[in-house]
Amino acid sequence: MKVLLRNPKRELEIEGPMSVVALLKRLDLNREAVLVIRGDTLVPGDAMLDDSDTVEIRPVISGGGG
Amino acid sequence: MKCRVCREPAVIDVRRQNANYCCEHFLRMCRDQVARAIDEFAMVQPGDRCLVAVSGGKDSLAVWDLLVELGYAADGLYIGLGIGEYSDASRDHARAFASSRGLKLTEIDLRAEYGYDIPTGARTAHRAPCSACGLSKRHIFDKAAIDGGYDVLVTGHNLDDEAAVLFGNVLHWQTEYLGRQLPVLPAQNGFPRKVKPLVRLGERETAAYCVLRGIDYLVDECPMAAGNRHLGYKDALNQIEAVSPGSKFDFYFGFLKRAAGHFRSGAEVDQAELRACARCGAPTPGEVCAFCKLVDQAAQPRTVTVMLNQRGHS
Ligand code: SF4
Ligand SMILES: [Zn+2]
Ligand SMILES: [Zn+2]
Repeated sequence: MKVLLRNPKRELEIEGPMSVVALLKRLDLNREAVLVIRGDTLVPGDAMLDDSDTVEIRPVISGGGG
Repeated sequence: MKCRVCREPAVIDVRRQNANYCCEHFLRMCRDQVARAIDEFAMVQPGDRCLVAVSGGKDSLAVWDLLVELGYAADGLYIGLGIGEYSDASRDHARAFASSRGLKLTEIDLRAEYGYDIPTGARTAHRAPCSACGLSKRHIFDKAAIDGGYDVLVTGHNLDDEAAVLFGNVLHWQTEYLGRQLPVLPAQNGFPRKVKPLVRLGERETAAYCVLRGIDYLVDECPMAAGNRHLGYKDALNQIEAVSPGSKFDFYFGFLKRAAGHFRSGAEVDQAELRACARCGAPTPGEVCAFCKLVDQAAQPRTVTVMLNQRGHS
């Protein structure tokens, strides 16, 4: 599967099938801090991703204490 | 995973609620949480005119959309901070959202109005960018709300923002801030009423709300934020949340319920001693308000810079 990441923007190729939770674990990402997006909708933690999928992992944490 | 409400396939899990939702019911949950916050803290009354502080990011666009969805009259105000491409992009997102919904968005450009932008102004005034930025935004939003005759100033602060600020204030026992860290500050002493309708939603939820509503927000972060303390606190809280879902909510709402009152008296005395800034009329404890002082330090006429350069000072 193709995985798009931000900060910095990059693209990874990861072999499926794999659940969303397992993917985030593998990338060492906190589930609280990201959304996984496929097309124009979200993919929940237990969804299985396979090699034909393209997903974006989008951070949701905003900075700036002002 | 199935939706808690309709048992259709879910698109998101909200572990803090131990619940999963389909798109429709997730959006409804967000509206319900905002309606409940507004109600619980008497944030907005029917017929109030709201001014929303809009940055083009997920939270400000989500709160604007949610207020309109809930039937409130809400205009937006965008401040051009002059932070390079980030500011250009954030303005474009704010404009696109407003025009797609037929909403009124007012824009104020910091450099055009006050003679500085955040990156250079903060440097000139020897302040951290987020500190100069926060001060500028607070002053300009307050003033715009008062001048525009709005009943209430709305900001997009979410549960994570409030929990992180609380965490920082508790770590350093900033008791005067603790007394004022409330989801509603009443109108007083020349300040507008200020409300945070997103306090019951985490930022993963406000981002999800935007994605599922098709709101095209600016995902990229302000470059000035990188590595600041606020982000460190959020990260620490999310580590705790991951092993103990609901911790951020309990931390913040437990504070409101059981602790905030203990710090209130100090904060109220502070408020009582305010008078009008000699320069701009804004409420301030001193002669000239902190914003006017910042403008003095941050705004440098270009001609002075040129002269200094010619003398080889740089
Ligand atoms: S991160 Fe700092 S400088 Fe950037 S918009 Fe937020 S408060 Fe302003
Ligand atoms: Zn449902
Ligand atoms: Zn002033």
